[in-house]
Amino acid sequence: MEQKELNKIERFILKKVSDIEDVPEGAFNIRENGKKLMRKNTKNIKIETKLDKPGIDIYIQENTKGEKVYIPVILTADGMTDVVYNDFYVGKNADVTIIAGCGIHNSSCNTSEHDGIHTFYLEENAKVKYIEKHYGQGEGSGEKILNPETIIHLKSGATLEMETVQIEGVDSTKRITKGYLEDNANLIISEKIMTHDKQVAITDFLVELNGENSSTKVTSRSVAKDRSQQEFRSNIIGNTNCFGHVECDAIIMDQACVKAIPEIIANNIDARLIHEAAIGKIAGDQVTKLMTFGLTEKQAEKEIINGFLK
Amino acid sequence: MLELKDICFTREDKKILDHIDLKIDDKKYIVITGPNGGGKSTLAKIIMGIEKPDSGKILLNGEDITSLDISQRANLGISFAFQQPVRFKGITVYDLLCMSVGRKLKQPEACHFLSAVGLCPNEYLKREVNNSLSGGELKRIEIATVIARQASVVIFDEPEAGIDLWSFNNLIEVFEKLYEKINSSIVIISHQERILNIADELILIANGKIKESGTREEILPKLLNNTRSCRFLKEE
Repeated sequence: MEQKELNKIERFILKKVSDIEDVPEGAFNIRENGKKLMRKNTKNIKIETKLDKPGIDIYIQENTKGEKVYIPVILTADGMTDVVYNDFYVGKNADVTIIAGCGIHNSSCNTSEHDGIHTFYLEENAKVKYIEKHYGQGEGSGEKILNPETIIHLKSGATLEMETVQIEGVDSTKRITKGYLEDNANLIISEKIMTHDKQVAITDFLVELNGENSSTKVTSRSVAKDRSQQEFRSNIIGNTNCFGHVECDAIIMDQACVKAIPEIIANNIDARLIHEAAIGKIAGDQVTKLMTFGLTEKQAEKEIINGFLK
Repeated sequence: MLELKDICFTREDKKILDHIDLKIDDKKYIVITGPNGGGKSTLAKIIMGIEKPDSGKILLNGEDITSLDISQRANLGISFAFQQPVRFKGITVYDLLCMSVGRKLKQPEACHFLSAVGLCPNEYLKREVNNSLSGGELKRIEIATVIARQASVVIFDEPEAGIDLWSFNNLIEVFEKLYEKINSSIVIISHQERILNIADELILIANGKIKESGTREEILPKLLNNTRSCRFLKEE
């Protein structure tokens, strides 16, 4: 294992995006400012540097059970655009958790940007829980931009559960997620976003249900504050006997703007596709109820938002 | 002691509450009853501060609280169970109980409050207070959060509303137990005879006015004898 001592900012960002404060257990690759900072392989999980473009290949052997892989990215150099391609090859019957995420610390007036393109190849009956958090901090006027792209290929019987969270500090994000499902594959996506000030967040989901009995559930919960703008696009395509459910639920506050653009396409008589979208302010009776517990109006709103995005 | 003095509340030219005077002594079990649209729920909301009266005063232990908002009154010891409990996406039963008492509860404490309303804590603590809960379950959780606050004045707005008979029978036991361990003034808006039967005092409100008030022994027989043609209402 290659190891170095982490400084205070690095530790803080790691905690924010990966919930770890130090070198994690299991396999990991920590990337900082476009370079490998630390890496560790295990018997079942190998991480290799790509030779043709920036990024890594992660190979998870078949039947690997209960292991975790951490691949956080830290961006502390201002004015930097870091583009990284990470490909995950998950063997048959493996059952693992992958924790990714990117944190930007930018105290300058220059823009910092991270574009992470993650591609998953899950073999038959493989199971992955994928957790991704995005976070920005720093007092400077320089923008913090994160554009994650996630492409998911699920072979027969494979399952991927993705939790993606962006809670604060990211000025602009365009998040693209694409899924291609074979027979009996299942893709579950849960997205949580909060934007404030003049932040802009665009999320774009495309899921193709190509295999018999494949299914997907995409849930997006978001809160838009101040003058921030959010756009949620989803497109579920049912090409066979399959099931797809998309749910977009947004709380709008202040002078924010939220746009939801649903699209469901059934190309087969046995495709069952549902889209639900709701945008609205915090319900007055929810605030009133919490005020009867002694909370002020502001405290009540905060608790409602925290719960909604939990 | 909670005291309402000459409370008036008019909306769209209709007198919802018309010069209401009411005293609620400490550690009394009061049931307010009367026909729908008579002003009972409005009165309860005015006590909690959810609605503001057009005129009149509300005193809690001699202190004028008329101008105080909901949270200020809650912090002075008034608690309120909604007729239609509110649902929250993402907030669990445990979260709600913690918010109701204003601190992080230890698990056995939270379990105790749920057991008190007949819910199995293990099944409910982690559940979200959302659409997955039935009306009866929500009512019990609502009551648990109110009991947990251990307020000096507790108001229940039609606890029987919107729940089935089976759930209601179980809820009655909760209110009977509450009566046995009374440490607060309890005000229940209700139409149910079994709840009226527990009360120390009954108050009949119709057309925005208190038509009758007194002990259960005085009032209940009159109410029951006049169910078909209530003389209090006829006097209007």
